Amino acid sequence: MPSKRVSLVTAAMLLIGLPPVWAQDPAAPTTATGEMEAMPGMDHSQMNHDAMPGMEQSKDADVAAGKTGDMGAMNHDAGTMEHGDMSMQGGAAPADARDPHAYAGGEDFGPIPRPRMGDEEKFGMLMIDRLEAVRSDGNTSTAYDLQAWYGRDYDRAVLKAEGDIDAGQFQDAHTDLLWGHALATYWDTQLGMRYDSGAGPDRSWLAFGIQGLAPYWFEVDATAYVGESGRTAVQLEAEYELLLTQKLILQPRVEANVYGKRDAERETGSGLSDMSAGLRLRYEIRRELAPYVGIEWAGKYGATADYARTAGEDTKEARVVAGLRVWY
Amino acid sequence: MKRISQPHLILPDLPRRRFIQGLAAGGVLLGLSPWVGATAARAASATAIGSAKVLTGTEFDLTIAETPVNFTGTPRMATTINGSLPGPTLRFKEGDTVTLRVHNRLAEETSIHWHGILLPFQMDGVPGISFKGIAPGETFTYRFKVQQTGTYWYHSHSGMQEQTGVYGSIIIDPAGGDPIRAEREYVVQLSDWTDEDPMRVFHKLKMQGDYYNFNQPTAVDFFRDVSSDGLKSALAKRKMWNEMRMSPTDLADISGYTYTYLMNGTTPAGNWTGLFRPGEKLRLRFINSGAMSFFDVRIPGLKMTVVQADGQDVEPVTVDEIRIAVAETYDVIVTPGDTAYTIFAQSMDRSGFARGTLAPRAGMSAAVPALDKPEPLTMGDMMGDMGGMSSMSGMDHGGMSGMNHGDMAGMDHSGMSGMDHGNMAGMHGGMAMGGGVKPVRHAKTEYGPSTDMRVDTPRTNLDDPGIGLRNNGRRVLTYADLHTLNGPIDPRGAEREIELHLTGNMERYTWSLDGLEFGKSTPVRFNYGERLRVILVNDTMMTHPMHMHGMWQELESPDGRFQVRKHTIGVQPAQRVSFLVTADTLGRWAWHCHLFLHMHAGMFREVVVV
Repeated sequence: MPSKRVSLVTAAMLLIGLPPVWAQDPAAPTTATGEMEAMPGMDHSQMNHDAMPGMEQSKDADVAAGKTGDMGAMNHDAGTMEHGDMSMQGGAAPADARDPHAYAGGEDFGPIPRPRMGDEEKFGMLMIDRLEAVRSDGNTSTAYDLQAWYGRDYDRAVLKAEGDIDAGQFQDAHTDLLWGHALATYWDTQLGMRYDSGAGPDRSWLAFGIQGLAPYWFEVDATAYVGESGRTAVQLEAEYELLLTQKLILQPRVEANVYGKRDAERETGSGLSDMSAGLRLRYEIRRELAPYVGIEWAGKYGATADYARTAGEDTKEARVVAGLRVWY
Repeated sequence: MKRISQPHLILPDLPRRRFIQGLAAGGVLLGLSPWVGATAARAASATAIGSAKVLTGTEFDLTIAETPVNFTGTPRMATTINGSLPGPTLRFKEGDTVTLRVHNRLAEETSIHWHGILLPFQMDGVPGISFKGIAPGETFTYRFKVQQTGTYWYHSHSGMQEQTGVYGSIIIDPAGGDPIRAEREYVVQLSDWTDEDPMRVFHKLKMQGDYYNFNQPTAVDFFRDVSSDGLKSALAKRKMWNEMRMSPTDLADISGYTYTYLMNGTTPAGNWTGLFRPGEKLRLRFINSGAMSFFDVRIPGLKMTVVQADGQDVEPVTVDEIRIAVAETYDVIVTPGDTAYTIFAQSMDRSGFARGTLAPRAGMSAAVPALDKPEPLTMGDMMGDMGGMSSMSGMDHGGMSGMNHGDMAGMDHSGMSGMDHGNMAGMHGGMAMGGGVKPVRHAKTEYGPSTDMRVDTPRTNLDDPGIGLRNNGRRVLTYADLHTLNGPIDPRGAEREIELHLTGNMERYTWSLDGLEFGKSTPVRFNYGERLRVILVNDTMMTHPMHMHGMWQELESPDGRFQVRKHTIGVQPAQRVSFLVTADTLGRWAWHCHLFLHMHAGMFREVVVV
């Protein structure tokens, strides 16, 4: 097992190390496709398409068979902006598109080191989207969901952490370390690793995902995972921000987890494992600081529900949440 | 990090917002060295009349240093020139050779760029392009021959100093007497101040592009539209915006939420005042030295006769209101009667205003108008000429900009019922477009993540006053009204064309040209001596004041006639403009959007004249 984990880490490193080749040159889709061939579960022919690229299941990638396929539902973006012959966003450059370097006429920057602008600076952000007390069936637990990034506009390191803490114990904690690369106007690809801890044995996964903004301002985060022993998983998250006023914001949120294989030790079955849908109402005291209250419905399905029933737990529950959304 | 809680700074805020500021203090501060000046400034803040000190002659010493200021009740450090904000007015004479020694007493590099001034490129003051910048403790001596006349300004081209106070005005008197006659004159320099660290502001926008926009469409607005126009129309109105993930209220990246708008370094509460004798002809030299704010300027009760734009004399044109883009200057003549007038300069997003007073006697003031209601951007601002609408008979496509396209969202004809035909009557006839739709050529780098929209059919008319000013009942200046006296500087036609697109991604807060930020760009080569046409197509929904250093931009009308000579051209959303340049000065020059953070984000090019 340990050796396997090491090899996964190495593979992840390789993946992280590879992509700068195409990262540097968004105008060279051929290079991009070539470099990305090693990644299963992604249809690279879609990579330069407007939005919701990626996650379509590739026919030779059996690892994610039947799982990433769920993401087909997310392909609702394609061609949205077609108005007759006009496409105002994304798409592929026509063959006769202008070369932006054509005006240089062989000139380069002068002897004085040229100015360095914000596009060459690195920025960082820590967003704790949810840090909340969860009340259900007389029990109070804590849940967290945060995302941090550091890097430039189009390439950055991304850390995601999500989990539950009950009675001082991590119940289910997922932590992703990813390399995020801007792919389209509103979409980033994310490649890296996930590490699961909490109840049951720890698990590590390779992660391939996309995150971004779908039409109608839905924030979508979809990631496919490949783990040891042929395990596969998909996590889907979508959020929306409904402005009631400039500062009072209602946030619907749904999340679903799907697994390709039963994992008895972590009490998850194959197929749709769990799903939650919540509504949180926050008030932005400042943009960065917003307390909220909300309700959430959560359900376990399939064999995961069977495990829960065996353990004497409810498979469906309604929760009341109260927390803080804070970022810096 | 204390911020102003009221986005609309109005007089009732006065008690909470003391206005002890550098320049309300007037001249007391100015004669002193910067590091002792602040105390004197506070002591003298009782007076509300103040203008920057005027320096004349051919030798100037300018010291850039930190100076404490207080515009909002919270003390902050500004970067200033000779201890004042704005810095001193430099008064040159045409034909003189001026020497300006700039001393850097900051802990970081500084520089001064003489905006709109023709000079050798080594004197232009852009670190990394014209020179190495001025290191802490060092002095750089600028020397150049003054070859032009009019109103200009100067500012730092280093770090965030342009936002934190390093700017001042330049007046160049003609060698042989000014053809513009006025009994009295004032510089009216508009700017914006934030108590926040500008770098933090930039960082916040990188994290949330609409951080400072508190005028976003809400669910309440939606239900209001549903009840007035019906569900179908309300949905149609939002369809395209939502599909494209763009906001119709994205009028300014930074708003009055953090900005205090200044007139001659004075807050609205401070009320900068210019005195006059009734009946005098008064020349006001308006300069927009804001970092990120367009101002719509008017003086209720007075007509303004525009006589100069960007330092260049124009055929006089009389208007009620002027939208002044960042870095532009306009000289106007007004003839006030025996009463007080408010100079009202509201920000383009209507989140605040700068304000001052013209009065026959000190202490007088006039009513301050309410801020206009912010107007959402229209489909025309996104799509330009909207050729797809050609099926609609009897419509003047050139005049589309004047219509309320908000109700025509998504080109869904079912939504047309909501169209505001009332506004059409208000369109002035001059809006008909001259040149027709010109083909655009997008760069191949505009199809990636750096670019959130491309306009295939930009409009070319210059007679659109812009969002928020259309059909407001006032006569608003447009570029179509401006005609530089005595024609172009170079009678030649263009030998070749360069097309550049203004691009960005509001969600990522990236700004670029042709989809490439400066760090990924290569210089643009101009051949020495050539006359060329530059075409700018705005593939964004914001107006970008494009400034080319070292050379004039001679704006053309849509049908290709010479219109007006400018150093900064505001290019409206989904607009195509073209101008001619004579590459008559060798060297390396900056060319960029003058919205400070757009420039800083990389909406910037180097021009090499060889």
